[in-house]
Amino acid sequence: MILKEELKYSKSHEWIALDGDTAVVGLTDYAQSELGDLVFVNLPEVGDTVEAGEVFGDVESVKAVSDVYSPVTGEVTEINEELLDSPELINDDAYEAWFIKVKDVSATEELLTAEEYKAFVESKQE
Amino acid sequence: MLIFEKSRPGRGCDLLPASDVEIYLPEEKDKREQPLHLPELSEGELSRHYTELAKKSHGVNDGFYPLGSCTMKYNPKINEDMASLPGFTEIHPLQPEHTVQGCLEIIGEIENSLCEITGMDRMTLQPAAGAHGEFTGLLLIKAYHESRSDEKRTKILVPDSAHGTNPASAAMAGYKVVSIPSAPDGGVDIEKLREAAGDDVAGLMLTNPNTVGLFDKNILEITDIIHECGGLCYYDGANLNAVMGTVRPGDMGFDVIHLNLHKTFSTPHGGGGPGSGPVGCKEMLSDFLPSYLVEGEETLHLEKPANSIGEMKSFYGNFLVVVKALTYIKTLGREGIPEASRNAVLNANYMMNKLKDLYPMAYDEICMHEFVMSLADLKKKTGISAMDIAKGLLDDGIHPPTMYFPLIVDEALMVEPTETESKETLDDAIAVFRKLYELAETDPEKLHQAPVTTPVTRLDEVNAARHPHLRYAF
Amino acid sequence: MGSYVPNTLEERKKMLQEIGYSSIEDLFAHIPEEVKLKGELNIPNGKSEFEVRREMEQIAEKNQVFKTIFRGAGAYRHFIPAMVKNVTSKENLLTAYTPYQAEISQGILQSIFEYQTMICDLTGMDVSNASVYDGATAAAEGVAMCQERKKHKALISGTVPPYVLEVVETYCFGNGMELEVIPEKDGLTDKEYLKEHIDAQTACVYIQHPNYYGNLEDAEEIGKIAHEVGAKYVMGVNPISLGVIKTPAEYGADVAVGEGQPLGLSLGFGGPYLGFMASKEAMMRKLPGRIVGETVDHNGKTGYVLTLQAREQHIRREKASSNICSNQALCALAVGVYLATMGNEGVRQAAILSMSKAHYFAEKLEEIGLTVCNQAEFFHEFVTRSEVDSDKILRALEEEGILGGYPLDEHHILWCCTEVNTKEEMDQAVHILREVQGC
Repeated sequence: MILKEELKYSKSHEWIALDGDTAVVGLTDYAQSELGDLVFVNLPEVGDTVEAGEVFGDVESVKAVSDVYSPVTGEVTEINEELLDSPELINDDAYEAWFIKVKDVSATEELLTAEEYKAFVESKQE
Repeated sequence: MLIFEKSRPGRGCDLLPASDVEIYLPEEKDKREQPLHLPELSEGELSRHYTELAKKSHGVNDGFYPLGSCTMKYNPKINEDMASLPGFTEIHPLQPEHTVQGCLEIIGEIENSLCEITGMDRMTLQPAAGAHGEFTGLLLIKAYHESRSDEKRTKILVPDSAHGTNPASAAMAGYKVVSIPSAPDGGVDIEKLREAAGDDVAGLMLTNPNTVGLFDKNILEITDIIHECGGLCYYDGANLNAVMGTVRPGDMGFDVIHLNLHKTFSTPHGGGGPGSGPVGCKEMLSDFLPSYLVEGEETLHLEKPANSIGEMKSFYGNFLVVVKALTYIKTLGREGIPEASRNAVLNANYMMNKLKDLYPMAYDEICMHEFVMSLADLKKKTGISAMDIAKGLLDDGIHPPTMYFPLIVDEALMVEPTETESKETLDDAIAVFRKLYELAETDPEKLHQAPVTTPVTRLDEVNAARHPHLRYAF
Repeated sequence: MGSYVPNTLEERKKMLQEIGYSSIEDLFAHIPEEVKLKGELNIPNGKSEFEVRREMEQIAEKNQVFKTIFRGAGAYRHFIPAMVKNVTSKENLLTAYTPYQAEISQGILQSIFEYQTMICDLTGMDVSNASVYDGATAAAEGVAMCQERKKHKALISGTVPPYVLEVVETYCFGNGMELEVIPEKDGLTDKEYLKEHIDAQTACVYIQHPNYYGNLEDAEEIGKIAHEVGAKYVMGVNPISLGVIKTPAEYGADVAVGEGQPLGLSLGFGGPYLGFMASKEAMMRKLPGRIVGETVDHNGKTGYVLTLQAREQHIRREKASSNICSNQALCALAVGVYLATMGNEGVRQAAILSMSKAHYFAEKLEEIGLTVCNQAEFFHEFVTRSEVDSDKILRALEEEGILGGYPLDEHHILWCCTEVNTKEEMDQAVHILREVQGC
């Protein structure tokens, strides 16, 4: 499981890079390895409002689909359109393959540090 | 090779005569400009092409097909013959009623028989398949509550072990789906059901025997709980082949059901369809049925129920499929229908008992027409998954069981032998299953590579989905 | 009694003994007595094949098979090459399940891939699914797939067949799409009404072309009106007409759907038929139902699989856009065989002959005093008006074994001609009607 110290994590397996009231959100490396080869991503539209703890998109593997939750509340300013054509980028490097950028962040889910997230994942596996 | 690659300009078949009237063409603004690229082959080449495709396909006629939940029983020849009678195939759906008395008789007679087998009062033959039947049944439930101005009922309860069409159909009918967990014994968790049952519940969707192949003994309590909260009970007929002549959904407290004539009543699956998904209901729902019902004694006619939900598709359903199912019912009749079910259950229990010392059963008790094995331990031990065993079966000419369903069982293989298989076929299959288990322990790599005798080996599904290539590029 | 259980009573007994039971009843003993059926099913006794055949044949004989049919209205008698029945009777194809096990289903998967290609070619679209139940459900699914978060209104032309409208209504009753019917004007979609009622909330506009009355709509213009507000344009088309009439793609449609029955499926009292659905690439993932894609196996060999499955109910469950599972696979095979056998020339010929014969017949009917109501160009169906009751006209034809057009009301009849209607048949019908018309 690859983790990045500088990022925060949600219990629903998203990573988040917070900078003031803007945020970048993606799927953790642990999540991508559990889901296997991803074949498609559904993303919101620019201008949409996302809410902390609510679904904002989903990722598809060949035989499964999983919701992706937003760890923050705010407005989507950008989506990673590259993922729409090349979902394999998420499998290649989950922390490069960001999903959405959000502004006016007003609320967040309970966020974990890298260490806490690692402990959380390990506790789930037992 | 694709048929387009075999095409050569100028070849073809002589099929239609020259025009005996003056040629009339559309004006330029409506005339097709895009060229057509349909295949151009001689009849001999065409015929060989399709023979080749047939060779690369596997039907019930090619061998044992224990595909759980799909009831792949033998498809009798007489059914096909009867559905090919010009007196059925050449009938226009909008002919005057007095010229289609035979068709109406077919619909009326099968309605009677199916109502008797299921304990329902009326039935529509219009739905084209199981999922279409579910959608229809849920709209009946919706119309019923609306007719009583009971508008707060927004939820449909569906067990977590249910087939994916159940929640999808409920959503299509505008309902919120509430998943009910299964109890450790595979049945409905009665306590959880009680908690979920309330005045916002429109109904429950259930199959019994359930999706793990067991008869839920609490069925009367379950349907009572739903009725007490004002909801209706929907029976998914996917597993009816286990209980015909023994138990009727109508007597278990179900108000509306769908059947799959292409499963239980022996019409072929045709590589994925057409099926037929009649929907039956109790009297209080019959006014809402879609399409037309056949009424009358001497002279038959079609009549639209008073508060019909409308039309689910054009005309009267997959009529020629219905003809096949009626042929089957007439053949088996009063004694044969129960006999089919009883032997389906016997064959399943026979196989289960001959495998359970090796393959762990998800629920080790008397099963109905199918049983579920879990390969979770085998996978942990050897790395061999349900998928690997399934692919291994292909090399022995056996169609694999249903894989990874129901979702509540890890590494599930769901086996439904059906009643039309002989003891020798079952014994042979049992031997193959046992051989594969041993192979998993001794040479797992070999199983990972399976199948090796098929026209292609395992295909790259990830590539197919990431970079969809969905038609031939001319 | 017929039975398809191979095991004899002796063998069943032996099987039971081997697994520790003495009778089949033991296997049902755990079912509570209070739900068990008391007594036997009240259905007729089983019969021998000989008896069943005789009974079914007797029932079939109660139907009247018309030697000549001038009725369409959604179901059409066309010529069906012998190849179609031959291929769809092949047991490996007929008795197979959905091709989830791709390695032993390459024949079926390839046939669907070929079908998808031919439907794309016929309609000019980029992507086709593997079929839905029929043309009416294809229309309903076509409308449903256009729904977006902020667009919940569908405008549907009043010139589509009544049962198509009803099926779309049924589907919309469940899925929350608001449906508005664009009225008919002179047998065509009222474009002025459309312009006034279309807005930014409109998800799609649906028309049928040729429409219920046989007329060709101003299809290109209607597409432009839809696209101006960002709505999708869904066209229902008669596939035979595409042999000579512009494709939905040429008219600017985003989604093309239709009834596939004219392509090699018998009338069969209404089914099984087939709904085809094709779209532009941008809407590929909105298409419901199964889709086959090309890929390679472990050795690099080309093969076919069901793909984009995460759209479907068995994976997406309540979030799937459609619940369709079983489709009309064998009918899709029939359509593929039909199109391959007819080829470019055959399909074009069927289209031109149908259109030519309809125009000949319309002209002859006018000569004996019926009025052809179609003011626009029509394909192979047209509406007549007569002072004589529709019933009287149709009865006169029926007496001679001819199924006349479909009565729309007391004085209007919707007629249809296809390549199977000969000049001789048409002249005979005209001869009969000359008397009825009293001229």
